[in-house]
Amino acid sequence: MKNDQKTRRILSIALIALVGIVLFLCNQYLDSYQLRIINLCGIYITLGLSLNLIYGFTGLFSLGHAGFMAVGAYTTALLTMPPQLKQMNFFLEPIVPWLANVEVGFFWALIIAGSITGLIGFLIGAPVLKLRDDYLAIATLGFSEIIRIVFTNLQNVTNGPLGLKGLPPYTTIWWSWGFALVSILFMAYLFKGSYGRAFIAIREDEIAAEAMGINIFRHKILSFTIGSFMAGIGGGLLAHLMGTIDPLMFRFLLTFNILLIVVLGGMGSISGTVISAIVVTVSMEYLRFLDGPMNFLIFKTDGIPGMRMVIFSLLLMIVILFFQRGLMGSKELSWDFILGPKDKTLNLPEEE
Amino acid sequence: MYILRTENVTMKFGGLVAVSDFNLEIKHNEIVGLIGPNGAGKTTAFNIITGQYTPTEGFVFFNNEDITTCSPYEITRLGIARTFQNIRLFKDMTVLDNVLVGNHLRLRSPLLSSVLRSPRYRKEERHMIQKSFNLLRDLGLDDVLYEKAYSLPYGKQRRLEIARALATDPKVILLDEPAAGMNPQESIELMNFIHEIREKFDLTILLIEHTMQVVMGVCERIYVLDHGVTIAQGTPEEIQNNPKVIEAYLGVN
Amino acid sequence: MNIESFFQHFSNAVSLGSLYALIAIGYTMVYGILRLINFAHGDIFMLGAYFAFYCLTLFMMPWWVGFIVAIGLTACFGILIERVAYKPLRNSPKVSVLISAIGVSFLLESLGVVIFGGIQKAFPIPDIFGKVVVIAGISIVSVNFFIPIIAIICLIALMYLVNYTKTGMAMRALSKDHEAARLMGIDVDRVISYTFGLGSILAAVGGIMWGMKYPQLYPLMGLMPGLKCFIAAVVGGIGNIAGAVVGGFVIGFIEIMTVAFVPELSGYRDAFAFILLIIILLVKPNGIMGEKLAEKV
Repeated sequence: MKNDQKTRRILSIALIALVGIVLFLCNQYLDSYQLRIINLCGIYITLGLSLNLIYGFTGLFSLGHAGFMAVGAYTTALLTMPPQLKQMNFFLEPIVPWLANVEVGFFWALIIAGSITGLIGFLIGAPVLKLRDDYLAIATLGFSEIIRIVFTNLQNVTNGPLGLKGLPPYTTIWWSWGFALVSILFMAYLFKGSYGRAFIAIREDEIAAEAMGINIFRHKILSFTIGSFMAGIGGGLLAHLMGTIDPLMFRFLLTFNILLIVVLGGMGSISGTVISAIVVTVSMEYLRFLDGPMNFLIFKTDGIPGMRMVIFSLLLMIVILFFQRGLMGSKELSWDFILGPKDKTLNLPEEE
Repeated sequence: MYILRTENVTMKFGGLVAVSDFNLEIKHNEIVGLIGPNGAGKTTAFNIITGQYTPTEGFVFFNNEDITTCSPYEITRLGIARTFQNIRLFKDMTVLDNVLVGNHLRLRSPLLSSVLRSPRYRKEERHMIQKSFNLLRDLGLDDVLYEKAYSLPYGKQRRLEIARALATDPKVILLDEPAAGMNPQESIELMNFIHEIREKFDLTILLIEHTMQVVMGVCERIYVLDHGVTIAQGTPEEIQNNPKVIEAYLGVN
Repeated sequence: MNIESFFQHFSNAVSLGSLYALIAIGYTMVYGILRLINFAHGDIFMLGAYFAFYCLTLFMMPWWVGFIVAIGLTACFGILIERVAYKPLRNSPKVSVLISAIGVSFLLESLGVVIFGGIQKAFPIPDIFGKVVVIAGISIVSVNFFIPIIAIICLIALMYLVNYTKTGMAMRALSKDHEAARLMGIDVDRVISYTFGLGSILAAVGGIMWGMKYPQLYPLMGLMPGLKCFIAAVVGGIGNIAGAVVGGFVIGFIEIMTVAFVPELSGYRDAFAFILLIIILLVKPNGIMGEKLAEKV
């Protein structure tokens, strides 16, 4: 049995190394457009996992992701932009002095952005996590919209509707996939342990979980705060991949994309989210042709903007109507799944 | 000296009085039954003791400590565990995980050290798994450790719920119709089991039950509720011969 | 602020409040019966406005014929949406139905972009609604008078339907208990369709009048009013028709009056409703006129 666990560990390390090599080769040989898609995949893995933690595992149906990402994106951007760039951006109204000369390295900017987003998640969560299901959804959506509206109006902090342009392109596949890997490992170990079980118990039956002595509210806040931390980092990575951010980017549509990833992958499945994040991101890009001009046999169209979204909203509906458990259900594509389960007797964690 | 005591507890829902002037007194290590026709307010009384409801009037004391306004999780932490009438397992989790959740409240490591699997956390986790396994073995569920809870037959689900409640290290356990849906053979096993866990875990037990065989066979004292009012209390023999109780159950001729 | 502009704002707030009220009723009726936030309701409102636009411009119908056709079409769409996207999920978790509703909402919006085009369209306002009336020195567009009047007519008709007809009684029974209603011989599916039909009619009326008050149509026009009207329904007490009307007026008045008295806040106009929502949910989660439902353990 001990051997069994060792094999699995070696396999995991080998897989990570393989992904690393593939990414290295991609970085060498792919053009910038293709690299951008690979970057997006990594970022959407982090984002998908963050919503899956909140919704899929803990059962809190939150629609506030776009708002959290906005906080993360703006924080990272404002922390990393060199002073001259800020001056150039803020031509309508100068930036507030305390932000004008701040410049932090990308990594620390991301961590600070994640922490601030986590703090905001905590502050929002404290009042709204008493609500359930649909009410929680509307309240979080409301907060997300409030964040966006505030960002549109805080001219001397966020540059208002003009947005921030020319952000340094710090996001490389090492950053985006590095954070994706950390998120995957974090989730995997979290749900192997006691806190993860408590989160799932809350999703399964809140009243029973509370009768088990679990402080429901504290655990919900914990899950929500961690999820918003991850969303903030995802937002920061996205900002420095796009190079430009403005409040319109963070509309409900963005939350919809992430929700689609979670629902398609299976609520409560880490591997499902990873797979569907890649599938959704890649197809979002490759279906772009639908919005462009098309040439059918008989007739030509000048392109139908919006066609892509028709497909994705249909996809969401088909999954929820016919395949409610998504790609993976709550199962995991783990080594147990591939190699067959370990023996059915009790396996205690190894001693030190 | 009572381990669990309620003092003039009354619960009103709008105009409906679900429980009125309920005075329960349970000594350490007793097995007490709570019976009465449907809608008598038994489960409401449970919900008040375990903190799901805050009573409109009156107090609940546990070891002489006022727990009337405590929330359910605080009460479980103090040492009162319960099962539910309409089994509430974590259906999509395995049998072992269900019981492990019952251990979570005693976990001391913070979240981050559980993710990083610090030595202290691993020690705690090991202890948790061992303890859960022992409980499941005592309840005859050690052959289904990794089955999903929903796939178990009814009787095993009831036992799993008891195992899960025991995992919280209770001093008092409240069982809401533990024998519901069991055949006579299983009921007898259950009675033996209730005696066993009382000895083994030094428990005090309060149970709601409709199966008279179980109530009379296992309880040392019985309270009878009817329409929220306590109409009788005493030993099984006293209850069986109490005209008021017979009237409540069979109606007036 | 002088008295003239105050009255102008006042009439504005009354007509906006009436529109919100009409749309909020649709949310509240569906929630009362299915416990579902019909996320697509705002987009049904958008469809109503576009249908009227095409009836008037493409098919050159007289305005009143066009409006009736548009309202009828919208009602059919409302019923269709329920049949396709919500009915198969009758026994699924609440959140699954909500996700399906979000899917429908995005589908309608993107289909709107594909079919109607993403560019704003100017609504052809019939003369009778576009006149500027001057009363005591205050000039007001006539549509602002029509909106509250039509809203009141709709409300009276709805109250009659809900309180004095057999189907209305069935709707009320359904909002209390589906199983019991079914046992009493009520055709649950038919009543639900009827509810969606009614809600969509009100949304269409709202959409058409919205088009005349703010004559730019675009496929996403239903998003914000939709969210705000759901909030109106929650503020008034979800499931309660009178509550939805009250909530609609509360939000209409807050929006118009805050911007009128504190113009610096005009950029935050769309945030007011959300802030109100959060306050209500925390302070009085059952709304102004809602009843408290006890939770069963």
